[in-house]
Amino acid sequence: MSTRTVRVPGFSARYSSRPAVVTGLLALLLLALTGYALTVGKLPVSLGEALGMLAGDPGPSGVDYVFWTVRLPRVVTALLVGAALGVSGAILQSLSRNPLGSPDVLGFAGGAATGALLQILLIGGGALAVALSALTGAFVTAAVVYLVAYRRGVPGQRLVLVGIGIGALLLSLNRYLLISAEVDDAFRAAVWLTGSLLDRSWDHVTIATIAVTVLVPASVLLLRRLTLLELGDELSTGLGVPVGRTRLQLFVVAVGLAGAATAAAGPVAFVALAAPHLARRLLRPGGPSVVGSGLVGAVLLLGSDVAAQQVFPTGELPVGVATGVLGGVYLATLLGRRWSRRSVLSG
Amino acid sequence: MRVGSGGPDVEEAEGARARARPAHLATGLLAAVALLLCCAVLSLLTGSEPVAIGEVLRVLFADDRSEPAIIVHDLRMPRTAVGICVGIALGLAGALMQSLTRNPIADPGVLGINAGAAFGVLVAIVGLGIGDFTGYVWFAFLGATLSTTLVYLIGGRGNDSGTPVRLALAGTAIGAALVSAAEAMVFLDPKAFDEYRFWIVGDIAKPELAVVGQLLPFLLVGVLVALSLGPRLNAIALGDELGTALGVGLPRTRLLVGFSVLVLAGLATAVAGPIGFVGLAAPHLARAVTGPDQRWVLPYAGVLGAVMVLLADVAGRVVLPSGELRVSILTAIVGAPFFVVLVRRRRAAA
Repeated sequence: MSTRTVRVPGFSARYSSRPAVVTGLLALLLLALTGYALTVGKLPVSLGEALGMLAGDPGPSGVDYVFWTVRLPRVVTALLVGAALGVSGAILQSLSRNPLGSPDVLGFAGGAATGALLQILLIGGGALAVALSALTGAFVTAAVVYLVAYRRGVPGQRLVLVGIGIGALLLSLNRYLLISAEVDDAFRAAVWLTGSLLDRSWDHVTIATIAVTVLVPASVLLLRRLTLLELGDELSTGLGVPVGRTRLQLFVVAVGLAGAATAAAGPVAFVALAAPHLARRLLRPGGPSVVGSGLVGAVLLLGSDVAAQQVFPTGELPVGVATGVLGGVYLATLLGRRWSRRSVLSG
Repeated sequence: MRVGSGGPDVEEAEGARARARPAHLATGLLAAVALLLCCAVLSLLTGSEPVAIGEVLRVLFADDRSEPAIIVHDLRMPRTAVGICVGIALGLAGALMQSLTRNPIADPGVLGINAGAAFGVLVAIVGLGIGDFTGYVWFAFLGATLSTTLVYLIGGRGNDSGTPVRLALAGTAIGAALVSAAEAMVFLDPKAFDEYRFWIVGDIAKPELAVVGQLLPFLLVGVLVALSLGPRLNAIALGDELGTALGVGLPRTRLLVGFSVLVLAGLATAVAGPIGFVGLAAPHLARAVTGPDQRWVLPYAGVLGAVMVLLADVAGRVVLPSGELRVSILTAIVGAPFFVVLVRRRRAAA
């Protein structure tokens, strides 16, 4: 890994070429994947038509309806949700100093699921109501976890353990709701719980867009401090990082992203956990890789969705199933390969 | 990001060191066993059909096939016995996993046991059309074996083979893949979904005693192997290099731990379905009493695991007297408050 230094008067920066190059390649891959995803589905659309419609041309009748109300919301939701989960997972893994830390582990996904299940099984609201209930559930859970874990600061370890405890409570509640419901309702709830990109509307896109455009830049701004926090509380305080406040800010950002992602697509399995690890293995950065993780998350989710549609053309298979299988197998493959000692230490 | 450099044990060590005297610990273990016995009696006494205490005690040793005797002998005693076995197995397996991976949030699920078992059960339901418990048991255990073997094969490759992070990650990855594959089968076959949604919520209410009897010897072997691993795990807790220098073979220890976790948690899951939280919380409760010495953590975790399962099962019979709440729903509800208080009370660790 070669590290280079740029110096111009008044500015100097060190960068290593591998993260930059790999990030560029990931972005290209994501672009290609997006183009491909826009063209496949029950109704094939040529790439030219798709680009034309994006540019404002009226497409062939029928095609443009499918494109604007089904295809595009689905693809955009996948991109945004994947990126949000990737960034959220990267922050939470670093914050909790635990390679298994992710929104699912910390109980937010459980809270979102409880909110959604109550809405689906007891109140019976529509898709948007379910999304908003999930969002509320995630935030309430996060607030409870943070307050319970708070005692002269919130060390990462305690945050994770409290999150697990409360998450386990919520999981029990969710399971109770699932087995006491009618089988049809339970099936609908189970599809939601797996995470699905079917029938996404522009409402879902809006929720995800707001979260990503506000919170991803915020996380990039906080990245330096996050990297310093990994050195330990004493050392990072010595380096001028207000530890408690920074941790709270990062926590809010991560929860906001995870909550919005869950509201938009359900608790999609494994992306938030796998994306940071995959990004580390691919990019080999010095610290946590927020942008890389976001890109990997988006590639993973969109790729899984495309793959699920190819294997089961009826499109009935929830994307969460595919992310689990693909992400799991890919991470296992990466783990199975020999890798350098250096990346192990940072992982 | 590191898996806590010294593991969970080091942080808890300071507070517990003053208390950790072998004599006290032995007394404490006896007290825990006594508590377990109380829970067992409680479990014999409670149920949807009220049986007076005197009646229970009378038929306990004289099975005269009267109605109370049938309730006690055929319903309550088997589920109490299974609850104890499952609890001990899960508590021990959780303690082993947390010690091996040096990660306080590890539980048997990290080796993919639950995922593998779920996968096996669904192959049985969807692929082979098997629809009864006796058929599930072996498929669940086969699935757990498959996933654990895969985790060790993948986590054990490369020049840093079998480091805690690798094993934990490999387990999580393979677990996610298997669970998702299982879910795919469920979503393509709604009838299987109805069976699966009940299996996935573990229960000990109606155990098949014949099957449990066959499994008991294996469970015993697992418990003995697990209890014998204490000294080795103590050495490894000092770090891989130091442990090796003390003459503890790392690969061998990891294999032994993997074997006993598979036997213990695999069988428990096969018999009762996934019961969460016990494997995670019981070792934490145990360490709060014993400090970091694994020779004591292991037996305590086993006994406390059994206490948790029995209490949860009893609570499930009391809360909803008409239709019972399944034990795996209540383990978290009974255990989580203690767990959270425990975590909060611990000193702000490094």
